Amino acid sequence: MNNPYLPKPYHILEIFHESETEFTFKLERDYEINFGQFLQVSLPRIGEAPISVSDFGEGWLEMTIRAVGNLTKDIFKLTAGDKMFVRGPYGNGFDMSEYIGKHLVIAAGGTGLAPVRSMINHIYRDEGVVEKLDLLFGFKNPSSIIFNRDIEKWKEKFDTMLTLDEACGLDGVCEGLITNYVKDVRLSEFEKMAVIVIGPPVMMKYTAGEFVERGVPEEKIWVSFERNMSCALGKCGHCKIDETYVCLEGPVFNYSKAVKLID
Amino acid sequence: MGKSVSTTEFNEMLKTLAGEYRIFAPKRFVHHGKCTGTDLIRYGEVHSLDEIEYKAKSNFSLKEILHPINQTIFYFTETEFSEPATENKGIVIFARPCDINGVFRLDNIFLHNGDEEDYYYKKPRDKVRFVMMECTVGFENCFCVSMDTNKSDDYHMAVRFGGEEYLLDIRDQFFIDVLEGVGEDIEFTPDFIKRNRVEVRLPEIDRMPPAMYDHEMWDEYSTRCIACGRCTTTCITCSCFTTTDIANEDNPKQGERRRTWASCHIEGFTDMAGGHGFRKKNGEKMRFKTLHKIYDYNRRFGKGPMCVGCGRCDDACPVYISFSNCINKVTSYV
Repeated sequence: MNNPYLPKPYHILEIFHESETEFTFKLERDYEINFGQFLQVSLPRIGEAPISVSDFGEGWLEMTIRAVGNLTKDIFKLTAGDKMFVRGPYGNGFDMSEYIGKHLVIAAGGTGLAPVRSMINHIYRDEGVVEKLDLLFGFKNPSSIIFNRDIEKWKEKFDTMLTLDEACGLDGVCEGLITNYVKDVRLSEFEKMAVIVIGPPVMMKYTAGEFVERGVPEEKIWVSFERNMSCALGKCGHCKIDETYVCLEGPVFNYSKAVKLID
Repeated sequence: MGKSVSTTEFNEMLKTLAGEYRIFAPKRFVHHGKCTGTDLIRYGEVHSLDEIEYKAKSNFSLKEILHPINQTIFYFTETEFSEPATENKGIVIFARPCDINGVFRLDNIFLHNGDEEDYYYKKPRDKVRFVMMECTVGFENCFCVSMDTNKSDDYHMAVRFGGEEYLLDIRDQFFIDVLEGVGEDIEFTPDFIKRNRVEVRLPEIDRMPPAMYDHEMWDEYSTRCIACGRCTTTCITCSCFTTTDIANEDNPKQGERRRTWASCHIEGFTDMAGGHGFRKKNGEKMRFKTLHKIYDYNRRFGKGPMCVGCGRCDDACPVYISFSNCINKVTSYV
C-alpha cells in the first residue's frame, strides 16, 4: 500500500536571498509539475507546511520561503548540498490553456508573486504563448520586494507597474496600495483577456473587486488561495471552505467560484 | 441466520475470537466521568460480556479505534523515515447503528475524498467486523431517526442484549463458522428505534442562501460557545487532524511525526505562518461546523448529512449548546 504521507529527500542545489526575510531554495526534481502547484515541505523535528513552487525547469524547482513560522525559520539554517524533505506536488495549479493567446494581466501582492513567477518566466522565455502580458505588483516597502532580478528582466518585455504601500522615492515605483492602480491597467476585449490576482486574502478580495468594477467578468479572473494544511490530501480538514477543499480543487480558483466561497 | 446463545456460549465465542481479533466495545470506567460520582463510558478492548456496557450511551464514539486521538505516523532520523509496526490482528467492534453509519461517513473523508486513500485509516478499517448492538430506545439528546441513521444493514452480526439469552442475527460467514454448533437456531432480526424524543428537520434546499452565513443566529454562539472542542472530539464523524513533529529529548535529531485530532471549533485551526487565520468568532466556528454537518458534506458526496444524530455533542457541551436545536434554527431561517 502506498503511503502518501512519507516525504522524500531532495538535494538543495542553490539558495538565493530574495529579501531580508525571504529565501529561494533550488531543489532537484524528478516529478511532473504545473504552474501554481505546491509541495508539502518537511523539516523533521519542526513539522510540515505547504509551500508554493516559485519556478521550475528541467530537473529542478524553486520554492521561495518567508521566515514567519516555526518551520520556515529553521529552513533558513539549511545550506546548498543539504537535503530537504518534500512530498507532492499538490493542488491543481494554473490551467495554461485558459491564458494561451490571451491578453493576460497578473496582479500580485507580496509573496503572492511566488506562485505565479514560474508562469511569468515561462511566458518570458516563450513570448508567443500569450498575446501580451501586463504585470502589476504591490509590496509593503523597498526591503520587502522579492524577485528583484526577475522584475528587472520582466520590465524589458512586459508592461510592468510596481507599487509600494509605504512611500519610497525609488525611481519608477508608484506609491500606495495595489488596488489604486487597477484603474491604470489596460484592458482588452474581455473575451480575449484573462486576469490573475494573487496575494493576501484582503488584497485579492479588493483587487479582484476593482477589476470586476471595471467590467471584467468574474469568469475571466483567477485567484490562488493560501490555507493552513496538514495533509494536502483532502483528509485533515484544515483547508476546507464550504464543500471545497483548497488542497484538492485549489489552490487556483476561478473568481466566479472563489467569490462564493465563505470561510 | 438467527441464533440464541447463553452468556457462557457468548463468552466462549469472545474467547475464540480473541486469538485472531481485538474486540472493542463500550466500557464503563468507574469514577472517570466529568463530574464527581460519574463514570466515563468509552470504547476499550474487551474479553468478556461483563465488560461491555450496553445499557448506556458511550460518551465517546468508536472513531478512536480507527482514527486514534494521537498516532505516530513515522519515526525519523536525519536521513530516514520508518513506519511504526502495525497490529496484524483483525478488529471486532460492538457498535450501535448510528455509529456504524458514522464510520461510513469517515470512510468518505479518509478513503474517497481526493485521489489518495488515507494510509493510516485504511489499515485498521480493512480489518473491521461490526457487531451491531440493537438500539430500540435511544438516549437523551439522540436524534438518529431524523438523520435516517437509526438503522443499518452494514453489520456482520447483530446482537440483542438484555434477555436471559443473547439473540444474534449472523450475516458473515466468519461468525457463522465461529458459532457453528453453538446455541439454538432461531428466527431473529434486530429492531431499530422508531422515534427519538428529540426531532430535527433538515433544510430542504439546493443551495444555502448566502445570508445564512452571517445570519444573526450565530451571534448567540459567539457569546455562549467557549471553543473547547468537546462537541467535535465526541462526534463520530469529525475526522480532522493536525500533524506535529516531536524530537527525542536525548537526541533531538531523531523523533517522530504524530497526527492528533484537531477541531474547527478550537482556536488556531486555520492559522497560517504569519498568524493570519479565519473564523475568529466562535459563532463563525459554530456556523462552519453546522453547515459542514448538515449541508457541505452532502453537497460534496451526495450521501445525505454528515451528522448521524448521536447527540454526543449535546451530551458533552459544557455550556449546554444544543446542536439539534441549532439545526432546527437553520432550517427555520432558510
